[in-house]
Amino acid sequence: MKNMTEWKVTNKEFAKTPETFMAGHRACAGCGPAIALRLIMKAARGPTIATSATGCMEVVSTIYPNTAWDVPWIHTAFETAAANAAGIESALKVLRKKGKIKDEHVDVIAFGGDGGTFDIGFQALSGAVERGHDFLYVLYDNEAYMNTGIQRSGGTPHGAWTTTSPAGEVIPGKTQYKKPIGHIMVAHEMPYVATASIGYWKDMVQKARKGLEVNGPAFLHTFAPCPRGWRSETSKSIEISRLAVDTCVFPLWEADCGEYKLSPKSKAIALKPEKKKPVEVYLKTQRRFRHLFKPKNKHIIEEIQNNVDRRWNKLLKLCEMD
Amino acid sequence: MSKVKQKMIPLNGDEAVAYAVKQCDVDVVAAYPITPQTIIVEKFSEYVADGEVETEFVCVESEHTAMTCSITAAATGARTFTATASAGLALMHEMLGVASGLRMPIVMSVVNRALSAPINIHCDHSDSMSERDIGWIQAYAENSQEAYDSIIQAFKIAENLKVQLPMMVGLDGFVLSHTLENVTVLPDETVKKFVGTRQIPQVMNHKGELVPFKLNPEKPVTMGPISLQDYYFETKRQQEEAMRKAIGVIKQVHDEYVKLTGRSYGNGLVEAYRLEDAEVALVCVGSTAGTVKTVVDIMREKGIKAGLLKVRTFRPLPVEDIINNLSDKKALAVMDRSCSFGGQGGPVFHEIHHAMYDAPDKPQVVNYIYGLGGRDTPPALIEGIFNDLQNIAQTGQIKTKIQFIGLRE
Repeated sequence: MKNMTEWKVTNKEFAKTPETFMAGHRACAGCGPAIALRLIMKAARGPTIATSATGCMEVVSTIYPNTAWDVPWIHTAFETAAANAAGIESALKVLRKKGKIKDEHVDVIAFGGDGGTFDIGFQALSGAVERGHDFLYVLYDNEAYMNTGIQRSGGTPHGAWTTTSPAGEVIPGKTQYKKPIGHIMVAHEMPYVATASIGYWKDMVQKARKGLEVNGPAFLHTFAPCPRGWRSETSKSIEISRLAVDTCVFPLWEADCGEYKLSPKSKAIALKPEKKKPVEVYLKTQRRFRHLFKPKNKHIIEEIQNNVDRRWNKLLKLCEMD
Repeated sequence: MSKVKQKMIPLNGDEAVAYAVKQCDVDVVAAYPITPQTIIVEKFSEYVADGEVETEFVCVESEHTAMTCSITAAATGARTFTATASAGLALMHEMLGVASGLRMPIVMSVVNRALSAPINIHCDHSDSMSERDIGWIQAYAENSQEAYDSIIQAFKIAENLKVQLPMMVGLDGFVLSHTLENVTVLPDETVKKFVGTRQIPQVMNHKGELVPFKLNPEKPVTMGPISLQDYYFETKRQQEEAMRKAIGVIKQVHDEYVKLTGRSYGNGLVEAYRLEDAEVALVCVGSTAGTVKTVVDIMREKGIKAGLLKVRTFRPLPVEDIINNLSDKKALAVMDRSCSFGGQGGPVFHEIHHAMYDAPDKPQVVNYIYGLGGRDTPPALIEGIFNDLQNIAQTGQIKTKIQFIGLRE
């Protein structure tokens, strides 16, 4: 499915696509993942079944007897989003072949947070991708276990305060770096992997659509701030999401059959490196990084900048833009 | 007797299970290999590779995913089967509760094997007994024939609209799984007709419409929502209600199967052997029942009024049948092939002892924990138990209520 054409959709047309992640759910003000889910579900191309890992989005959308889902949806456990999709897809395939259900394609979308994807659900995800099930996996990354109260995950960035990586006198926040999950997924040699940010929503929904269109597994890593856990202003989630891209903390790219390509916003920075903003401007927007601005922790900001630069340069090489 | 033409073929327990699954028009099998269950998945893979079944075989990366895929495949409307043993069942534990809570009629064979540590590949019941309270119907097979017959019945029981619960069929690792037996099998078409097509109950969705309880884009339904203090409890109560109803359904399906095949296992819940006039009796589950039957015959020749009650269905527990069959005995020995550490005896003993408390006449009840990790259970060991029971019956005195037998102490 290489060199797929972009989904040609005007903003006006997009506004009219069905709202299947409906209003009335109980997400917090400024919730990034809720924006991601709503828009990605609006990018569905036809009959769709959705499944979620345990986490914020599952909890806020399905408090019985209410539901925000206007598509068939299932939750089983925390580490199981990809396995859920695998079971659904396998059943659809055989039931269709046997004439037990309508003969039409049904898309399967799995949603998992960073805890459910980087950590506890990684084995199931890796297995499902290796087996080649046809589904889109959407990682909504708010960089910690927010549903349980802001504990660090494999997706939490270096230096960040969380309740299990507190900014203490001796240990100033998370000592490890964020797991490069997107590249790990590309290493599975799967058909489609992309990163996206709710700050650049059009790019995100087009990538989601592409992920649905490929035959086989697709992985969409979506950056989605959590004001509650990031100690950020609820009105700034979109701005922060853009800053993450503009500082190259979270660059936007896609890998179509393993072939890396920078997406427009990050490509613009690659072409004009002076556009790249320093990480401080991003870190300052969130009080989870507040302790890093104390004089004794200044070196951590340097470490973060160095790591961002190193990963950005590596990405440029992968995209043949170095 | 049966009007259907059946044939006898040599199969071990695992092959008998795979053969039954092949005949049940299963849509999805998601499984992970573990000794001594491996032959089931190997054999089934061959059926798939040779085009003998119309089944999607998902060769998953863990038992946790095997159960998860089984749940969501069943939620999509598929008839679903999986198989495991020991550590595999333990790894599934979390998802077993999800399967029963979501009321998914998955059928699973558990090839009973000891739990680690120490690691051991041989038979005991510590794996499935640890899942006693997880909301699955549990049956145990005495031999490969019963394993074959039970799997076929299991689909019909689990999928019954009054039940809608997952069901596991236990067969003893190696003792049954790897031992060749003559197994009488039904023609494919007969089994297909017997199990029928999967029925799906109607539920009310978020739009207030009655829709089939499955993932269907035309009739969306939310499955597995969060349910808190206001609704969770009712869900659990309904599961218990379904278990109660399963008692009747198990008997009914067993009766239909008897008519079809001529083969019966008591009333489908318990099987009594020379029990009616017995004064002393053993109670057990699984393959040991076969050995006990032989020993009962030996004891009878010696003039001892010995009998056996095989508990075929352990969940739901057929309390009435247990009381009716055992309350007039003088002394009972319950055999447990697993241990409830720190408790009062093994899990089967807990149940029988507890049931007998309400019996009109209370026999003396003792417990023997035996055969852990595949330790052999020769007839002499069981003879010893009957001799103990004779003493208890004659003296009215119990020397030791709970004993471990057949080991160094």
